[in-house]
Amino acid sequence: MTTTEHDIWQALEDVMDPEIPRLSVVDLGVITGVRLDDNNVAHVTMTPTFSGCPALHVMSDDIRERVKMLSVADVVVHVSYEIPWNSNRISERGRGILHEMGFAPPPKHDGYIKLDVLSDVACPFCNSHNTTMQSPFGPTLCRSIHYCHSCQQAFEQFKPVA
Amino acid sequence: MNPAQQQAIQELLLKMADDALILGHRNSEWVGLGPTLEEDIAFASIAQDKLGHALALYTILHEHVGAADPDTVAFMRSEKLFKCCHLVEMPIGGYDFSLMRHFLFDTADALRYEMLATSMFEPLAQVARKIRGEIQYHTMHANIWIKQLGRGTEESKARMQSALNEAYPLALGIFEQSSFEQELIDAGFFAGEQALKERWLKTIQPVLDAAGLHLPDGSQPVFGGRMGYHTEYLQPLLDEMSEVFATDPTAEW
Repeated sequence: MTTTEHDIWQALEDVMDPEIPRLSVVDLGVITGVRLDDNNVAHVTMTPTFSGCPALHVMSDDIRERVKMLSVADVVVHVSYEIPWNSNRISERGRGILHEMGFAPPPKHDGYIKLDVLSDVACPFCNSHNTTMQSPFGPTLCRSIHYCHSCQQAFEQFKPVA
Repeated sequence: MNPAQQQAIQELLLKMADDALILGHRNSEWVGLGPTLEEDIAFASIAQDKLGHALALYTILHEHVGAADPDTVAFMRSEKLFKCCHLVEMPIGGYDFSLMRHFLFDTADALRYEMLATSMFEPLAQVARKIRGEIQYHTMHANIWIKQLGRGTEESKARMQSALNEAYPLALGIFEQSSFEQELIDAGFFAGEQALKERWLKTIQPVLDAAGLHLPDGSQPVFGGRMGYHTEYLQPLLDEMSEVFATDPTAEW
């Protein structure tokens, strides 16, 4: 049976962000291209969420391992900034998963992040907007720390990035 | 690209990458020492971003300008071959100095990447379009603290003013020109250090005004870093940073 590019996309849905293990690399929006060349070699192009993201190598190894399970001659993972990641690239399903896992999904933006967008975040537990940002820097580069005054719960937001 | 343009882009990439690498290392020295947990994490995160920026720039040097691989360039060069400015080499000092350096440097860095987002050197333009989004969080963090501490107590205000007096001449050294400035401008790679400095002055002023802080009079820029002349603080930093790599360059973990 021959492998198609569609099969590769489907396989990539099994590869999770190691720091948010229910969110696939496809829903995270870091896959920017999939191509099968004439020698049946799979080329997957990915772009980092943050240029200093330490999970990049783990994701790229996991992608190679998963796509190798298909009938392809080889797998090459390219890291490219040609199509840069921004938080609007997270899919609707990805936003839903973030919310279910207790993260506030990033608000959609139009290329610039304003301070008021960061301070007006709905609590993922009780949906209250009576929240404040404690710090724009959280446990990973892509998360900020917030506090909900209604349910008195600290929570994290997946940061909007332009 | 002609040889002069090649050299011009090499100088530009190297000084930007070296600034990011060295300041990233300095920022990481706050890990475990930050005045509050949030600030500890903030400086650690900013450090991690800086190392990411350095890696992206060294990678361009490797893939497009024929330099050695990023680890070799970062860890194996002698001090003389580094092109960082003196501002990033200085020890972390007190939190006042580190915050002021963060504010002055990252404001310039944000503007630099904004300008480079339309560079005619496409690999750099691509990276710049990515990095400028990350740096928005750095300048936001810096601006909040400069304003809060500038408008805080008598002591916090005095300490921030004295940090500004110390850091400002060093920050002017960010804009030391290379001998290839005109090549960069003519090729449309980068509008140049002078243009950047003018934008920087316009951008820091309103924040300093809001903080009630004043630029010191008659400051002379501290130059030399871009030409390979460094402070006494760089070599010990390089020794520490490359200690593991120098012990076993093939080690993996």
